[in-house]
Amino acid sequence: MTLWTLTFTLLFVVLAMGISMWQKLGLEKDMVIATVRATVQLLIIGYILKAVFSLNNVIFTVLMLTLMIVVAAQNASRRGKGLKGTFWRLFAGIAITEIVTQAILLSFHVIPSKPSYVIPISGMIIGNSMVASGLFLNRLKAETQSQRQQILVLLSLGASPKQASRAVLKRAIKSSMIPTIDSTKTMGLVQLPGMMTGQIIAGANPVQAVRYQLLIVFAIIASAAITSMVVGFLTYPLLFNKRWQLVLSADE
Amino acid sequence: MEGLNPGQGHTYANEPQRLGAVEAIPDEAIRFVDVSKGFTGRQGYKKVLQHVSGTIGKGQVVTVVGPSGAGKSTLLSLVNLLESVDEGEVRVLGKQVTQWPVSQLRRTVGLVFQTPALLQGSVLDNLAVSTRLHGGTLTSPDNHLRRVGLSPDLLEQEAETLSGGQKQRVAMARTLVNNPPILLLDEVTSSLDVAAAREVEELIVQLRQESDLTLLWVTHDLRQAERVGTETWLMVDGKLVETAPTAEFFAQPKHQLSRRFLDGSLSGGMPQ
Repeated sequence: MTLWTLTFTLLFVVLAMGISMWQKLGLEKDMVIATVRATVQLLIIGYILKAVFSLNNVIFTVLMLTLMIVVAAQNASRRGKGLKGTFWRLFAGIAITEIVTQAILLSFHVIPSKPSYVIPISGMIIGNSMVASGLFLNRLKAETQSQRQQILVLLSLGASPKQASRAVLKRAIKSSMIPTIDSTKTMGLVQLPGMMTGQIIAGANPVQAVRYQLLIVFAIIASAAITSMVVGFLTYPLLFNKRWQLVLSADE
Repeated sequence: MEGLNPGQGHTYANEPQRLGAVEAIPDEAIRFVDVSKGFTGRQGYKKVLQHVSGTIGKGQVVTVVGPSGAGKSTLLSLVNLLESVDEGEVRVLGKQVTQWPVSQLRRTVGLVFQTPALLQGSVLDNLAVSTRLHGGTLTSPDNHLRRVGLSPDLLEQEAETLSGGQKQRVAMARTLVNNPPILLLDEVTSSLDVAAAREVEELIVQLRQESDLTLLWVTHDLRQAERVGTETWLMVDGKLVETAPTAEFFAQPKHQLSRRFLDGSLSGGMPQ
């Protein structure tokens, strides 16, 4: 696709802005910002990827992946307001997920060890881990609030933080994985996954594209599970202090 | 703050510098030494307890009364360390609560809440939770249920299906499984109907006679406070206003606030 033809697609944005102005939704400014940001970010990442792919150097690839994990952890840790020190725990959780899944993919030669394979697939895994861990933090806080009385009962019977939060942790882990599993169930029926769509548009054989997509789906299910578990076991202690008191205040 | 620590002749509130020199009294179960506590909420920092000092002897039943928001529940939560003091210290059986291993402290000082908060599962699951937490299995659950006046037939029943009074008894039995010598009761009858409340009250009095429990009993029911207490504490706005033997407190309250509270002219003090 040439830049010239790409420019025509801005008509979509113009159309959306027209509707916003007509209906006085007041979203025009946000639309302009979103369009400009998406364009600039994607163009920059396009050039960076091109450079990293052509360098084909492990250090640059690892740097790139680290940056992606930092951004993902930063983004997801916003859901952990009220809990201190979530960033590093999320970073560890997402990093472990990425290492485990890539180790499997690379050691069994499922994908070639080239940045042009490792980075995009990592992007999908890390992105999904980010969503799963953000969701987990959200659920952990909500479950802790709704089960507050039960947690206090357990603590006052002499339970350790781990024992007192076991039920809450289990539920939060479970609910953070449900969206991934649900979207997997309808895959191909409701929507064609983005990567597969992209490959097909770029001229790949649809059956080949499906194979890659399945690889991603399986990796994503595993990554949601690993992330939720690791982040879960790293973050539940944040709900308590060293005196085994529940520190998440009732109005957070 | 007259009437604190009867028999000891002074209050600690005026002598915070003595903190390090607090001696354990052989028969003391709980001691508050110049305790202050506040919480930071949406409206900023709010002081809930201010310079509270008082001693509860072993085997006593101290009933704590006072208007809503006086800090009564917070006072209880300091004893089993669900909350920590900001200033001062709390001692249980002569030892500062912060020096106890937390789990051991909480098994020594049982707490029963206003709402029973039974865990999912059967009555047996609820009774067994205390021992399971500490790696054991519950022996003779029947006896634990009988002890709170419930039939062992209920063991397999889902906890959720019990009546309010039964739930509170199960919650009581669950706490008693740990055999705590000290029991904190936080408005344990206030969510029950009159008959169930009376039954639970009588049960607690009976349990105390059987096993020589020390009770710190927060209640908004003044008649109950009078019936069950050996000593009564009045708290108003986070301060311990008067402590006196229960009969004396109700017959001849010394403090003006106590008199106002008892005649119902202080908010929250309406006799039931």
